[in-house]
Amino acid sequence: MSGTHDHHAHDEHGHHHREPESVLSLRVRALESLLVEKKLVSSEAVDRIVAAYEEDIGPHNGAKVVARAWVDPAYRARLLTDGTAAIGELGFGGVDLQVVENTPGVHNLVVCTLCSCYPHALIGLPPVWYKSFEYRSRAVREPRVVLREFGLDLPENTEIRIWDSSAELRYLVLPERPAGTERMSESELAEMVTRDAMIGVAVVQPPAGAGRGSGVR
Amino acid sequence: MDPAPSREIADMTGAAALPRKNGELVFDEAWQGRIFGMTVAMSHESCFMWREFQAHLIDEIARAEREGDSSSYYERWLRAFEQLLADKGLLDAVVLAERTHDFQSGRRDDVF
Repeated sequence: MSGTHDHHAHDEHGHHHREPESVLSLRVRALESLLVEKKLVSSEAVDRIVAAYEEDIGPHNGAKVVARAWVDPAYRARLLTDGTAAIGELGFGGVDLQVVENTPGVHNLVVCTLCSCYPHALIGLPPVWYKSFEYRSRAVREPRVVLREFGLDLPENTEIRIWDSSAELRYLVLPERPAGTERMSESELAEMVTRDAMIGVAVVQPPAGAGRGSGVR
Repeated sequence: MDPAPSREIADMTGAAALPRKNGELVFDEAWQGRIFGMTVAMSHESCFMWREFQAHLIDEIARAEREGDSSSYYERWLRAFEQLLADKGLLDAVVLAERTHDFQSGRRDDVF
């Protein structure tokens, strides 16, 4: 209507306020509904993709391999003899793999001194430090010091073996099964296995209340 | 069938690197997973090349850092995605604002 006094708020546009989560959530739902209407995406495809990436990007597959080896001695023997074939039994593959086993007197540590070769298919994305020049050089030169910096203080008489990954052959550490986990199921065990333990910069910690809980902390 | 997870996406480095914890993807809120999935789905459908999105994301992160805004990684991702869709003529900002309002006011409650 004429005569209306247009009142423009002259606050600074282009200044982005942090929106509350709920508004962001609504906006994303609105976006999804528009893209679904235009048949540019389907909600089912989005579900599948999120699940696939959550499954792929992470140490889940490697953790399943470790848990199987802990509960099944025959599998463990096959895994240590021919890692590539043994992970193939569980449906994983894509790389030639050698599995190295931690024992009370021997601790294994994986590094890639040349670049950042890493068993992606089993333990997901390499952490930033794995690719760093510092880790790549020091893990070989002074592994005991490096491990201590990761919070792992090994007894002086524990032998540390270093495995240098290459494009042709990747290594995975089979950590020691912690005490107090005898009554845990294979899937509960898998939940305890961390990426760092499979690289060898950590050990698998016994859970609080081992053998009784659901494995969820 | 969907393509397997792509290393081009999973292994983005620098500021664009996907947030993760113990090697796993981290989605603090459900909407973060949805926007991630939509972006990947549309790249599968060849609506854009992944590196086009990645360039938008890097630009948006740089802008946010420059202006000192405290937005999260996925808020920046969302803005980059909307900008890319607008550039491609696949999304009208006004229509998105209206649709968001519909959800906000309860006129719509489902994606469909």
